[in-house]
This record gives sequence, structure tokens and C-alpha cells, in this order.
Amino acid sequence: MIVNSAGRELPEKIGNYIVRPYQGAYATPAPETPVITKRTMGHRVPGDTKLLPDLKAAIQAAGLKDGMTISFHHAFREGDLLIGQVLTAIRELGIQGLRFAPSAVVNIKNPSIADFVLDGTIDRIEASGIRGELGDAALAGKVKNPVILRTHGARPRAIEAGELSIDVTFIAASAADDYGNCTGLVGPNACGSLGYAFVDAHNAGCVVVVTDTLVDYPCCPASISQQYVDYVVKVDQIGDPEKIGKGAARLTKNPRDLMIAERTADLIAASRRFKDEFSFQTGAGAIAIATTKYLADRMREKGVKASFALGGIPAAIIDMYDEGLVRVVECSQSFDAVAARAIFDRPGVVEIDNADYANAYSKGGFLNREDFGVLGALEVDTDFNVNILTGSSGEMMGGLGGGPDVAGGAAISIVTIPIIRGRTPSIVKRVFTLCTPGETVAAVVTEAGIALNPKHKNYAELKEDLEKTSLKLVTIEALQQLCEKLTGVPKPIETTDRVACIVEYRDGTVIDVIREIKR
Amino acid sequence: MELKKPAMAGTTESSDVMITLRPNPEGGIVIDLKSDVKALFGDAIEKTILEVLKEFQVENALVNVVDKGALDFVIRARMQCAVCRAAEIQFDWGKEDAHGK
Amino acid sequence: MANELMRTSLYAGGTSPVKMIQAGFYNEDCLVYDLEDSVSAGEKDAARFLVYNAVKYQRPAGKYILIRVNGIYSQELDEDLEAAVRAQPDAIRIPKVEYAEEVKRIDEKVTAIEQKAGLPVGGVKFWCNIESYLGVLSAQQIATASPRVVAMALGAEDFTASMSAQRTKPGWEIFYARNAILMACRAAGISAQDAVFSDINDPEGLKKDLEMTRALGFDGKTCVHPRQIDAVNGCFTPSPKEIRNAQRVLEALEEAARNHTGVCVLDGGMVDKPMELRARTTLAKAAAAGIKVGGVK
Repeated sequence: MIVNSAGRELPEKIGNYIVRPYQGAYATPAPETPVITKRTMGHRVPGDTKLLPDLKAAIQAAGLKDGMTISFHHAFREGDLLIGQVLTAIRELGIQGLRFAPSAVVNIKNPSIADFVLDGTIDRIEASGIRGELGDAALAGKVKNPVILRTHGARPRAIEAGELSIDVTFIAASAADDYGNCTGLVGPNACGSLGYAFVDAHNAGCVVVVTDTLVDYPCCPASISQQYVDYVVKVDQIGDPEKIGKGAARLTKNPRDLMIAERTADLIAASRRFKDEFSFQTGAGAIAIATTKYLADRMREKGVKASFALGGIPAAIIDMYDEGLVRVVECSQSFDAVAARAIFDRPGVVEIDNADYANAYSKGGFLNREDFGVLGALEVDTDFNVNILTGSSGEMMGGLGGGPDVAGGAAISIVTIPIIRGRTPSIVKRVFTLCTPGETVAAVVTEAGIALNPKHKNYAELKEDLEKTSLKLVTIEALQQLCEKLTGVPKPIETTDRVACIVEYRDGTVIDVIREIKR
Repeated sequence: MELKKPAMAGTTESSDVMITLRPNPEGGIVIDLKSDVKALFGDAIEKTILEVLKEFQVENALVNVVDKGALDFVIRARMQCAVCRAAEIQFDWGKEDAHGK
Repeated sequence: MANELMRTSLYAGGTSPVKMIQAGFYNEDCLVYDLEDSVSAGEKDAARFLVYNAVKYQRPAGKYILIRVNGIYSQELDEDLEAAVRAQPDAIRIPKVEYAEEVKRIDEKVTAIEQKAGLPVGGVKFWCNIESYLGVLSAQQIATASPRVVAMALGAEDFTASMSAQRTKPGWEIFYARNAILMACRAAGISAQDAVFSDINDPEGLKKDLEMTRALGFDGKTCVHPRQIDAVNGCFTPSPKEIRNAQRVLEALEEAARNHTGVCVLDGGMVDKPMELRARTTLAKAAAAGIKVGGVK
């Protein structure tokens, strides 16, 4: 056993995986080696075609064999229809033991990914999170190898470090031409930014573009260019854009969530960094969308305009752009149809490579220039460590997403969280799964007050700024005690020694592991 | 105290609990607990239910609990209400007065 | 306890645990658990158990806690009082008070329960809701009917119904009632609580209504929805001039105490107890609004 700098006990080796313990948010340097890629040169001569009749033909042409690695982007989220089709075709071809490495949690049903794990088509998973049936299967020990979970920023790093080499990537594109120029911006099933697919397109051994809308050559606009694309396949439907934002963009009426959102906007507005040309990211989800609305109010009241908004973009941010409150919107993902469309028809709303957003191991990205990042969470502990993966009974609930990246990059990272959900306490003594290290969390905003982290690098300025307001400041310990007084002390979750998931930090070190739950 | 009829208290809204009490002709107390937080608080919920039954000296009951993450005070309140309804009694608010002195 | 902040009071129905729990976290000064209007006839018993256990076991910290009991002539009242007194809120809110006699009768009942339960007699205070013309006409007697009465509040919806008046947003139909209750409260030295603004989707209307609340001189206002709380609290934020005056009153008192002068005089007038209490309340309101007052205690 080894203990990382966040105090988590880790095995030295998990199967073939050698654990490099987390040493601190900015402690691990980049290797001095060149970027590793599987991208091959090609030589297409005039008259060659890339268009293949179906997925099976493409899988065969790509040379997919037992044990290889396949990837997908998650721009359609719950509405994805491609992954199921590709995995079904792979199963019918009898290919087994694949490593499945999508860019995030994809919780598809009919078919469920769990089916392909149980029949051996997939035997390794590397993603940003798993949940639902697949999560249950992993925690019940039904996935042979431990699942590796990476943040949005950690995935491109792992790919370029050669830790996650992708043999074949399948890119769902809402419009493409027969030579592989493609986009998510137009077509009947537009998903918006293809930000998560760039790193795969640039580094996979074989790139297959799958579309349901074949357009005349050349496809314009094109997010991913023909020079990276090996094959093109047309299917009936790649995804349902209606399900991308399922619930994410709805403005909540819950007064508690609205209060947390308003306090968050108040906190931002009280900071000395809230001035013209500031930058922010609020994300999606009930509290986040409400925060965006309140922030827009504060900007109007104080006449402050932002330079850029970053990350996953909902319609609320596009409204701010249209009003002139935000100069540039940098979209790594589009959360709804309005946001998807906006990249096409607004010059300051741009599609960006996810690596440009979140990868800490490049020559610099947007997050390092971000003032305020607003994050959701399932649990926060008295060391300000954040859990965004596992629920109260230890079950897999979500994905790492970009949360740990935003906390690591933004000058002021703010976690918004109600202190209890039903009888489940959210502010605890020790999070079940550590995802975002406490040293990168500046503030926790709850209905019972705002806790500032004395160990955060910008604590002194934030404290000084907030003490000038009527915002209620409390200690994180007081919040934890309040939770405990309300809910009582929960029974600890018992686990076995078997590691079901490895949680990597953005630098590739292990910040925590999730052990199988004792039943 | 004997339960005279089946009775219910509470709802299945979030943070509430719905408790159904029935007389148990077989004798004894049988608790059927469904809860969103059974792993964390299952034992605590059962403890509170048994405590309230003991306060009322109810020895025979079928207790059906559908818990939606109710805090302990809610479980206590719903149980007290269900017992009074099932036993057709009025709660004696003064029964703990002596301890207060 | 007159400098206790009572700018806002929020009702939480005794039927919904989630609303009752969440109500403890908003910025209201006073939280009223309701057994009356928000509870249907068949759930009165359930609400009583829920409110009793909530106040007894999960009383929110830093809030003035009230329980609104059922009507004076309802069958529920006696059991409500048995439960409410033993839960030991700061006050019981009595709906639809029309005569001082009613308050006296409830006072006797509460005293009997306090004695039986071994609780300090007089500990539980009363807020009287005035919700009819009869109540308005007897306001002065009601305010002094019992030393337990620490506040009166106007219930505008029922009042206008009793008058066959129409409830409007400008509120001229309740203008007299507001003033009558205010004067009765001032005469008795108790807190005057304004009527609710019931359209929760009209923040602009609330703002206008609050101008009247503030101009007339109310000490607080009841809120029907958590979203109204911050606006109502804001309306009671004292002006810099009011804060300065309050500070001068307290400074004068301090100096009088230092010099052992029996009477304290400021600007040619005597500083009396009510003036001191008002000054302290003003500074408490300023502090609650995040204004640094400091210096005098």
C-alpha cells in the first residue's frame, strides 16, 4: 500500500497498472518526450473512395482485431445512437476483448454497454465516468479489468503520452462528405461542437467518420478535415439531439437551488476579479443554469462585460453573448440546440478542441486564463475534496467531466451544493471517492452559507472581498456538523480490496481508487 | 396497546416517509423497509420505528415503510401519527411532563 | 428582546417535510411552522406531530421560531396548544384575533400547560394576526391583552373579505388597517408586522408594496415565498442617517453611564428606553444587512 499526498491509500499495482500516486495539483512535471500518436500517413490518389457501405465494412477495413482500443465522442450524451450500432456490428464480427475508451460517460440504453461487457466484446473501459447498469456491473466485479476514469483534460494527455493509444475511432458527425470532411454544426441531428473528437481524429490509428447526412463535397463548415479521415459510413441516425441537454438547460423553480445560485453569482460579483474582460464557466445543471442567469443580472447591474465563457455551453450563455455581455464563447461542447446552432451563425461563438479547454499538459489552454469556474458535486469533505463520481451508497453516479480541470485552472473555483439531499449528507468528513483535490477548491456555496478554503491560493483576496458583503461565511467544519445534526451519522460503506475503478488526476497520477462494494 | 385497524401516515414525496401500520394477528413486530438510503440509515430507521412502538407499548404490528430520505424527526412524527390513527387514540402530550421537572 | 430582528417571517406548511427543512436555511428572521390554513382537515394530527418534532429535534439555529395554531374556535386549538407549548417555540402565532378576551383565554390555557409541563410560565410569546375589521377595531386592546403579546400582524386577504373590499396591488383598501395596527403596536411598544404581498411572481409589485411598508414604519413583513425574503429584508435596511442617529443615541447613553448622570439627554430631548431599543434594532438591522457599524455595543 502507498498513500498519496491527498491521504488516500492505494495499492502499488492494480493488475498490470502501475500506480503513480498523486503528489499535488501542480507537482507532476510533463515528460520531456515527444507526443506519442498512432496517426499513420496515408496516400490517396485521385479517384480513391473512402465511402464504405456499412459499419461492418468499415470495422473490417480499419483492421480492428481482438484486444484493440476503440473510441467515441460523447457530444450526443444520452441521445447517442452510434455506439450501440458500432458495438453490435463488432459483436457480429466476433471481435472480442476490446478496450472501450469514449470521451466521457455514455449511459446508453438498448443496447446497454453492460451487455457488451458481459459477452466479452469489451473487457476494459477507460472513460470519464460510468453509471447505470454499467456502473453496477463494474462495482459488482463483472468488468474483468479495473475501469480507468479520467477527466476531460486528462484524456488528451493520456492519449498524447501513449497511455491511451486508440486503434480505431468512430466519429459521429451530423454532416459529412464522402471524403471525410465533417461537422456537428449542421444536418437534422446537429450536436454542435465536436470538441471531444479532435484528439481522437488527430491521434487514432484509423479514423472512421459516421454520418446520417451525407452532403456534397466539400462539406462546409468542416470541424474535422479529410486529411485525418480513413473511411466514411452513412447510417440511418447517429443520435437524438433532443436528449443532449435532458434537464440540463431547464431553469429550476426550487427556491433552495435558486438561493445557492444567487449566492454564487453574488460571490462572483463581490470578487475584485469581477470587472471588464473577466472570464467564467458555469456549466450545466439546475444550479449552474440559474447561476448563469443571476450572473448576467449582476453584470447588467454593474455594467461589467466578460471576455470569454468556456466549456459546455447552454442557451443561457448564448443569450449573454447576444446581449453583448460576453465577447467570445469557447465551446468544447454544446448542451442544447440553441448553443449548437450558435457556433454556425455567430462569429464570436466558436468550436474549440477539448484539449485546448482542459488539457494541463499542453503549451497552455483556456482554463489557465479563467477567473471563475462553477462546479457541481455529490459530496465535499472538510478538506474541500470533492466527489463527483459515487453516490451515498457507493454507487456510480456520474462522471469526472471537466470538474477537476476547472478547479485546477480557474483562479476562483466554486463548488455549488445543497448540504443535504433527502437524508443524504453532502458535506462529510471524508468523501467516499476523491475526484477534485481540496487544494484546488476556493469556495463551497450552500444554502447554509459559503465556506472558503483557507488552503486555496487565492483565499486571502477572496476572504477580504467577501467580508465586505453581507454574504454568510461559515467554516466547512460547521457545515459538516450541521449536516450530521440533520441526518445523523451514516453507516460507513464497506468495500472489498478489489479495485473496480482507478481515478486519475489530470496529470495521470492516481488520486483515488473505487473498491468493489461488499454486499 | 393494540392496533385496531390499518392506518397510514406520511407521503412518498422526497424527504418524507409513508408508514402503514396493520394489526399483526401472528403477533410480534414485522418491519418491511424500503428506503433510498437503506445502506446508510436502514438500521437507524428501524431503531426509531421500534422506539416509537415501544413508547406506545405496541407489541404486535406489521409496519410497512416507504422512505424517501426522511430525517429522523420526520420518521418519528409519521410513526406517532400512524400509531394514534391505527389504535384510535388521542396522543397524550403530557406523558413526558414529569421528566421535564 | 425588542431589538431582536423580526424583519421577515416565512410560513412553512406543516405538511411538507422538505419545505420545513429548507425553510430553515433562507434569510428570514422568523420561521412560522403552520398548522392552520396550509393543512387540510384530515391532516391536522399529522401536521401537529411533524411541527412538534421539527421544533423539538431540528430547531433551526439563529431563527425566531413560531408555530401558527388553528383558529380560536376550532376543535384543534386545545391540542395544538398542548403540542406547541411543549415544543417551546419563541412564540405562538394566533390567527384571526378579534377581541382581547380571546387572547386572555389562550394565555390562561398556555399558562396551565406551562405549569403542568414544568416550563417557565410566560416563556412562550404571542403574535396576534388581525384579519377582520373587528380585530382592527380592537387592535389596541389586543396589543395589551397579555404580556405575552409581542407582535401584531395584519392578515390582508381575510381583512378585505370581512370588509367586502377588493384586494388590490396598490393596497388602499388596507391603508387604514395598516395604520390602525401600527398605532396600536407603537402604543403598546410591540412589533408591527405588515401584511403579505401575495403575488409571488411579481417582484416589481412587491418592491412598490415595500415602499409603503417602509414609509408607514412597519418593523417586519410576512413572506409567502422564500423568493420574497431578500427583498423584504432589504427594505428594512436602515439609511446611513438612521444608523448615525442610532449610534448617537447609544453614545449618549454610554456617556451618561460613565458620568453617572441619572438622565440621558440628546439634542435637548430625553433618551428613554423605547428610543434605546429602537436604536439597537436599527443597528441590528444594519449589521444583518452587512453594514459594518461597530464601535458602540
